[in-house]
Amino acid sequence: MSEESFDAIIVGAGLAGCIAAYVLAKEGADVLVIERGNYAGSKNMTGGRLYSHSLERIIPGFAKEAPIERKVTKEKVTFLTDDTGVTLDYHNGRKQTAVEESYTLLRGEFDQWLMDKAEEVGAQFISGIRVDEVLTRDGKVIGVKADGDELAAKSVILAEGVNPVLGEQLGMVQRLKADAMAVGAKELIELPQQIIQDRFNLNDNEGCAWLFAGSPANGLMGGGFIYTNKSSVSLGIVCGLHDIGNSSKTVPQMLEDFKNHAMIQPLIEGGKLIEYSGHVVPEAGINMVPKLVDDGVLIAGDAAGFCLNIGYTVRGMDLAIASGEAAAKAILMAREKNDFSAQGLSSYQTLLEDSFIMKDLKLYKDLPEFMENPRIFNQYPKMVADIMQNMFTVDGSPSQPIRKTLMKHCKEVGYMNLIKDGIKGVTSI
Amino acid sequence: MSKAVNVDVKLSANKFHVDEGHAHIILKNNPDIKEFRKLINACPAGLYKLEDDGSIRFDSAGCLECGTCKFLCGETILEKWEYPRGTFGIEYRYG
Ligand SMILES: Cc1cc2nc3c(=O)[nH]c(=O)nc-3n(C[C@H](O)[C@H](O)[C@H](O)COP(=O)(O)OP(=O)(O)OC[C@H]3O[C@@H](n4cnc5c(N)ncnc54)[C@H](O)[C@@H]3O)c2cc1C
Ligand code: SF4
Repeated sequence: MSEESFDAIIVGAGLAGCIAAYVLAKEGADVLVIERGNYAGSKNMTGGRLYSHSLERIIPGFAKEAPIERKVTKEKVTFLTDDTGVTLDYHNGRKQTAVEESYTLLRGEFDQWLMDKAEEVGAQFISGIRVDEVLTRDGKVIGVKADGDELAAKSVILAEGVNPVLGEQLGMVQRLKADAMAVGAKELIELPQQIIQDRFNLNDNEGCAWLFAGSPANGLMGGGFIYTNKSSVSLGIVCGLHDIGNSSKTVPQMLEDFKNHAMIQPLIEGGKLIEYSGHVVPEAGINMVPKLVDDGVLIAGDAAGFCLNIGYTVRGMDLAIASGEAAAKAILMAREKNDFSAQGLSSYQTLLEDSFIMKDLKLYKDLPEFMENPRIFNQYPKMVADIMQNMFTVDGSPSQPIRKTLMKHCKEVGYMNLIKDGIKGVTSI
Repeated sequence: MSKAVNVDVKLSANKFHVDEGHAHIILKNNPDIKEFRKLINACPAGLYKLEDDGSIRFDSAGCLECGTCKFLCGETILEKWEYPRGTFGIEYRYG
């Protein structure tokens, strides 16, 4: 092993890893990031929407220089069945503060920019190297092994993403069960800027975030999404894995059918597929958070299960950023006392408990179970479509009071179910 | 009616650096077909295939490194699941 010992070695140049490196290097710590891809972001994908609050607090005004795509000003949620769609459409024209804003982005570019920022303040970065092993001595982490080389470090941050091979190796992370996971598949579809703005009713830099519940995931837990970028559209689905064996459609077929839905197809007509990506999403929330700190090691981002599936949207990037920052701060404190033991690093746990990460994860702790209810993805989208159809169909037969129409459709789902799901839904959010 | 999807066409839009001769995912011999079916359904790259003659096929080239098959069947029918060696595999230009 080499003589030089870094204050921290960070595995993974995703958002958690890049931010941890930035915060550490900015305070003068000696830090190395190792990434298996050829550049930061080259292995990473996301749906596409970053809530900017956590990054804004670390790099104020980041959106002015970072490669972001569009600022989200339009929100839509659609209940989709195979042949209907009922949409809630919200335009936000109110003034927002910087921490309230959110942006669409593409990780291939965005992560590189963030890594550049970290390098500017002194972080070292090597790409194209896979870390194969975390080295321990007497139960304490002392570095990593990559490409046959051993590198020494006083601490290691595992920011390796949703599939924490190294965290499992160390026994800190238990192998996750399929019912705690979903798979996402996404197409990036290129379209001229003006066409996107026309079709989605957007001004120059405005963006639309559009979520779909119902048929996209073939009635399984999950949904579809569309995020508008400058001159492309991110279109994808997320589908829970616990019942995938019994699905009548494959995941790629779900995405294809979603894309060809009569409501979606005109939006992307004439567009060109420029990338196809897939990734697992952690879904179990607080129930899957592993051991976060041990002697000489911390786990951040998706690897730590810091991801929230709130209904039909996934939020993980703002959590990855904030947890990377917390891990870096904990190491800075440990460095002052020169104590990198689990005890010396324990402020990580406290920082997380005091932050929105643990608070939000706790708040939504019952949501994953609630979301397993198939009615949400099957019967309710159909129910609202049936109600709409009755309201908007005039065929000469005597009209019914709307109240009666509503009641008829509620009865189909079952009043008890509605009440039960309503109460459960309200108490889990 | 839904149009049958051709995943290979989609994968061809991607940039891959294939590590010839070093498969990073290896399937066990004679895998349990029920488990295999899960992967036919779940793999976003459609790499787990059932041929017309009933035989099964898997090739790790075209893998998006999403992790799905490891989580679904890591213990049951996968002999090995690891990330490709550094520099190899999928390279997202956009992500
Ligand atoms: C379909 C989908 C839609 C989503 N939509 C949203 C959304 O709209 N908004 C949102 O906020 N979140 C969303 N998320 C979640 C979000 O993408 C993740 O929470 C976030 O990317 C996690 O960041 P991370 O830094 O923890 O991990 P990652 O971004 O996965 O980074 C991990 C890094 O570690 C590297 N690595 C792994 N192992 C090794 C090794 N052994 N050696 C070297 N390097 C290694 C990888 O190459 C990678 O660069 C979505 C996720 C999916 C899949
Ligand atoms: S990791 Fe994902 S893309 Fe690769 S073979 Fe497994 S399921 Fe398919």
